Amino acid sequence: MRRRSPGPDPARFRTVRYDLLKELAVAMGVITVLVFGLATILSSPDVKPDTIQRWAQEDPVDFVTTATNELAGASLSAQYGPPYNNGTASIQTWWVLHPQEWLGVHQPVDSVNQFVLDPLQKASASDPALGTALTTFTAASSDKQTAWLAAYTTALGTATTDGTTLTVPAADDGPVPALMSSELVVARSGGLDGLLLSSAGTFYQTDYTAPLLFMGDGGHLSGLAMDQHLLGNQWGVMNETGRYPGQAWLWLFQMWYQIPPYNTSTNVDLLVVLTMGVLSLALILVPFIPGLRDIPRWIPIHRLIWRRFYAEQKARAR
Amino acid sequence: MITNERHSDTEPTSASSSVGPKAGGWTGAAARWLERRLPIGKLLPTRQPYYIGSWVYVFGVVTIAALAWVIASGVILAFFGPQWWHESATGRFFNSLHFWSIQLFFIFMVLHLWGQYWAAGWRDGRAPTWMIGVVIFLISIITAFTGYISQQNLDAQWIAVNAKDAINATGAGAFFNPLNFGQMYGLHVMLLPIAVTLLVVLHVIQVRLRGVVAPIGATDADLVDGGTVETSP
Repeated sequence: MRRRSPGPDPARFRTVRYDLLKELAVAMGVITVLVFGLATILSSPDVKPDTIQRWAQEDPVDFVTTATNELAGASLSAQYGPPYNNGTASIQTWWVLHPQEWLGVHQPVDSVNQFVLDPLQKASASDPALGTALTTFTAASSDKQTAWLAAYTTALGTATTDGTTLTVPAADDGPVPALMSSELVVARSGGLDGLLLSSAGTFYQTDYTAPLLFMGDGGHLSGLAMDQHLLGNQWGVMNETGRYPGQAWLWLFQMWYQIPPYNTSTNVDLLVVLTMGVLSLALILVPFIPGLRDIPRWIPIHRLIWRRFYAEQKARAR
Repeated sequence: MITNERHSDTEPTSASSSVGPKAGGWTGAAARWLERRLPIGKLLPTRQPYYIGSWVYVFGVVTIAALAWVIASGVILAFFGPQWWHESATGRFFNSLHFWSIQLFFIFMVLHLWGQYWAAGWRDGRAPTWMIGVVIFLISIITAFTGYISQQNLDAQWIAVNAKDAINATGAGAFFNPLNFGQMYGLHVMLLPIAVTLLVVLHVIQVRLRGVVAPIGATDADLVDGGTVETSP
């Protein structure tokens, strides 16, 4: 490999006075004015978080449909795969790379019990009819449960609500209407937010995996996100709620999701992360990559950076 | 290490005043290494090559100034806890300082990165400086990501729910769970900012020790041997 000879030592150039700390102090002053000005005039975004209670109150049909899917084990989170469970719905692979499967289940989530049956079991302590419905459901065969849930899901397709009452057409759905009616009552009271947060059985809790997965399976949270232009196809990673800038520095990461072959692949996330990993590594290793490291020499933007130096160099050459 | 040797009133107290090149044990050796590798004249210079009179050198120092406000506002927010800024007007103001200083930090860091790219700032043994700089950029992105998730609002909820798939797809979801507020908050206020700050200090030391890279195409003909001094007006 041909090596370029090292450039001249900076210490051997003509020098000028330079006050490093004064420059830092001036920069601090300018940034302080900018930061305080922007904070005072524009404040910062803070749209209240969604809650399961709000979801159940504002969109009971979507809430009950989601809860029914959870009970049937048919939701995305119920079938997700690692790190939550042994499903396969969200496993992504590329070539010989199966990292999601290699790492396995580390945040166990049991949608059927955590999201529906366990909260209802607690609520049944003061509701004998709910206790009976639960016993009927859990004692039934798997085929019977599936048939009840399928019938109820079909009936939900024509369910109506007046804002307070959910009316689901009658069907051969056994105890499922009673279970879902109670799930809705618990959710509307705010109880399900707390029950899902404490579903791991600990008093102190900062892990929102269960409630956020449950909310992610429904349409309420994504509806609010769409209103705020936060969805992937809205370049949502770069946006914030309101009219504030988001993580604009992730524009390249977001761009891959909009173009083929990424946006047509079922392994889109893994492909995008691998691509960004390779590009990040290339950025780190720019000084050692022929071509990439030579571009600044080929495109003379450096002549703008050191305009005075090159003007003097040209004058000396005359 | 403390030994039982008697202290002499005439014993040298600094490596530089020690007798002999190997005096002072490990401490003396460390002091001599630091004096040799980090001379104060290079760390805090009062003169620089004349070619640094360019706008491109401003971006690095303003990035550091923005980082100072990111850290200062972040420390206040962390002290009062993650709920505070949602309930208090003062807290909201400090969150706004944090929000805008982060935006400025990234804007100037990216400008600094581009400036150094077009200046080919890695030349003449400065590749480690460039590499550490890019690592700072990448860790800053992760730090900001954990910050957005720690906001405890709608944006935080959606980013966590949406981002989990990309993280899980790589297998990293096994140990990095964006739905776990406690983990994200801990990383955001402690480990990641410490990493960014230490790497920025290392980056600045690297810049100071090597000096500012000479212009592309500079030759010995551009030098003034002996460092003839130009007095600033």
